[in-house]
Amino acid sequence: MLNEVRKGILFTAVTMLLLGGGYPLVSWGIAQLLFPAQAEGSLVRNRSGQVVGSRLIAQAFTRPEYFHPRPSGVDHNAASTGGTNYGPSNPDHLKAVGERLDARARLEGVSPAQVPSELVTASGAGLDPHIPPAAAALQAPRVAQARGVPLERVLALVRAHTEPPTFGFLGRERVNVLELNLALEEL
Amino acid sequence: MLTESFAVAFTILLTIATSLPLGRYMARVFQGERTFLDPLLLPLERLVLRLTGIDPAESQDWKHYARSLLVSNVVMWLCIFAVVSLQKWLPLNPDGIGNLEPTLAFNTVSSFTTNTNLQHYSGETGLSYFSQLFAITFLQFVTAATGIAACVAIIRGLGGDRQSQLGNFYVDVTRATVRLLLPLAIVVGALLVWQGTPMTFEGAAKATTLEGTEQVIARGVVAAEVAIKQLGTNGGGYFGPNSSHPYENPTPLSNLVQTWSIAVIPMAMIWTLGAMLRRQRLAVVLFATMLAIYLPMVGFAVAQEGAGNPAIARLGADQSTGSMEGKEVRFGAGLSALWGVTTTVTSNGSVNSMHDSWTPLGGLMPLVGMWLNNIFGGVGVGFVNMLVFIVVAVFVAGMMIGRTPELLGKKVEAKEMKLASLALLWHPLAILVPTAIACHVWATTPDPGTALGWLENPGPHGFTEMLYEWSSAAANNGSGFEGLGDNTPFWNIGTGLAMLFSRYIPILAPLALAGFLARKPTAPETAGSLRADSATFGFTLWAVVVVLGLLMFLPVAVLGPIAEHLALGSF
Repeated sequence: MLNEVRKGILFTAVTMLLLGGGYPLVSWGIAQLLFPAQAEGSLVRNRSGQVVGSRLIAQAFTRPEYFHPRPSGVDHNAASTGGTNYGPSNPDHLKAVGERLDARARLEGVSPAQVPSELVTASGAGLDPHIPPAAAALQAPRVAQARGVPLERVLALVRAHTEPPTFGFLGRERVNVLELNLALEEL
Repeated sequence: MLTESFAVAFTILLTIATSLPLGRYMARVFQGERTFLDPLLLPLERLVLRLTGIDPAESQDWKHYARSLLVSNVVMWLCIFAVVSLQKWLPLNPDGIGNLEPTLAFNTVSSFTTNTNLQHYSGETGLSYFSQLFAITFLQFVTAATGIAACVAIIRGLGGDRQSQLGNFYVDVTRATVRLLLPLAIVVGALLVWQGTPMTFEGAAKATTLEGTEQVIARGVVAAEVAIKQLGTNGGGYFGPNSSHPYENPTPLSNLVQTWSIAVIPMAMIWTLGAMLRRQRLAVVLFATMLAIYLPMVGFAVAQEGAGNPAIARLGADQSTGSMEGKEVRFGAGLSALWGVTTTVTSNGSVNSMHDSWTPLGGLMPLVGMWLNNIFGGVGVGFVNMLVFIVVAVFVAGMMIGRTPELLGKKVEAKEMKLASLALLWHPLAILVPTAIACHVWATTPDPGTALGWLENPGPHGFTEMLYEWSSAAANNGSGFEGLGDNTPFWNIGTGLAMLFSRYIPILAPLALAGFLARKPTAPETAGSLRADSATFGFTLWAVVVVLGLLMFLPVAVLGPIAEHLALGSF
């Protein structure tokens, strides 16, 4: 039995060093060598080199001159993430969705049936960086008006920032909100 | 919807196709035959065995094998308990994270030692980089390897003819780690970084948003952990929301890589069995039987999530893309549903959408996956769980045709049946009894909402949250209806114990069973014997799994998801 325990301890020590230490170091080395920008979190900088966010992480946009992301169960807090975990029949959840729907329809001046459900439901991590193209098109007139630019230019920008499904079928067509808003600033 | 269905079908077909060569590779590794990766990996395997003081030639009977498995697991449990309880003072803690309190540490360590990865802490705020690597990532390798080793030993037992030796635990665990999981994890990890998963020792990033507010973005050594969390059917994420977090799973391509990683080794294990026993037909029958349960589940979940939530439809929003609460735009409802079923049948438990927010009947599928727990199943342990049902199916079929039950030419007798029954009955027992206790506690506590703070959702959905938690613990799955406030002593200690018993009973009973079978002589199969590698047996097994595996759960399914579905329709 003592021999058995000794083997257990030695095996734990050796594999802990190999898998907890060696493996992440090799992974880290490959990551830093081949894909340094992604390894650091795909951070986006402005002209003066300041970090303005990550292209993968949604940030809160509330002003009319920006496209808005999906609602977030954690107020777009990228340090402590999560979903709402509301069940489909939860009255609090349905009330919140109903309120968002009314507010969105009023803000964009459309009927609720034109609002894609993505704009009134929270994502899994509360940091979904994308909205569907329909949700961007819905917001374009309001953004164009707030910025005093022709609607056609804003819509062209949305089209240019629409990513197709990978290989044409994998995942959904989507627009990255932060990148779209950064491009708006350049207009 | 058509494109989404195509993406779902493509993912499944790709995984099945690649599981074949991987299964053959695994069989060669565990039988000590040569493989093309030997020049790279054999020296590492020898180094680990030499440093540990293992004689690779020493073979163990089932008792010795089980002893090595248990002792090594106890040692790891104790070491990791020390790590997470002392992480505040250990290195690699740039964000200054404190120690886990004792009941949370008990739960976390039991969870990761049993390959469950149920998480009552939230990754980015609960564990230091040191703990993420030396506790979590380390255990995600060796516990997966432990399951694979147990499975390989059991396969050897099934193929044995009047012998008692099942192989050497430490050799099998080392091979599974060094020659299977490690190379795959390095490749998968690199692919994930390419797609955008961070891999950095820097602390959180600080950004000034376009609207001028401060945003703190947690990151870390994510890619390395995500790779092994999927390949080892662990499922414990780096961040709280797991693979729905855009850093853990940034693109549809990373989603494909991860869905593949979840299922490929459990699928390959069936082909490994076929190759090791030299019974390719048996492997095909088992694989087809599992597919005949897995595919309808996927189809049903995709349809339910694609149809959306009727209550939200009534509010008037455009729900043409399906139920999107708790789901990510880049994956959509279809690939989220595929993931949810795959991660629960395989005891992985990682999520790319929040299961708590699924439609009621869609959300029933992850529960069914965990109740069965043998459709491909966790790495290694999936087949071990299925073996129990195979023994029962052989017994039932033997009764029906009036012959002594035989499995692969070996007589199945009372001793084997008792062990199979123990493993079979433990699973529903470990789910239903604690669920009843939790309901009792809830019902007898005055003002339970405030006093206990467990349930975020009222009505049948609240019941399902508790049911899901116990199902997840007993299936060593680790996913959750995360609306459950589970970081309390009741849930920490309760599910901690459930995970420990539900890991070791269903491994040790079949290991003993295989040990007994190995000693028996193998009778040549005749025209009158019941052939396990026939379509008839496949159908019998399918029926036994569905009836025995699910019937016991029908009442709770009605009380939870089905009641909620009916209520939702009648608003």
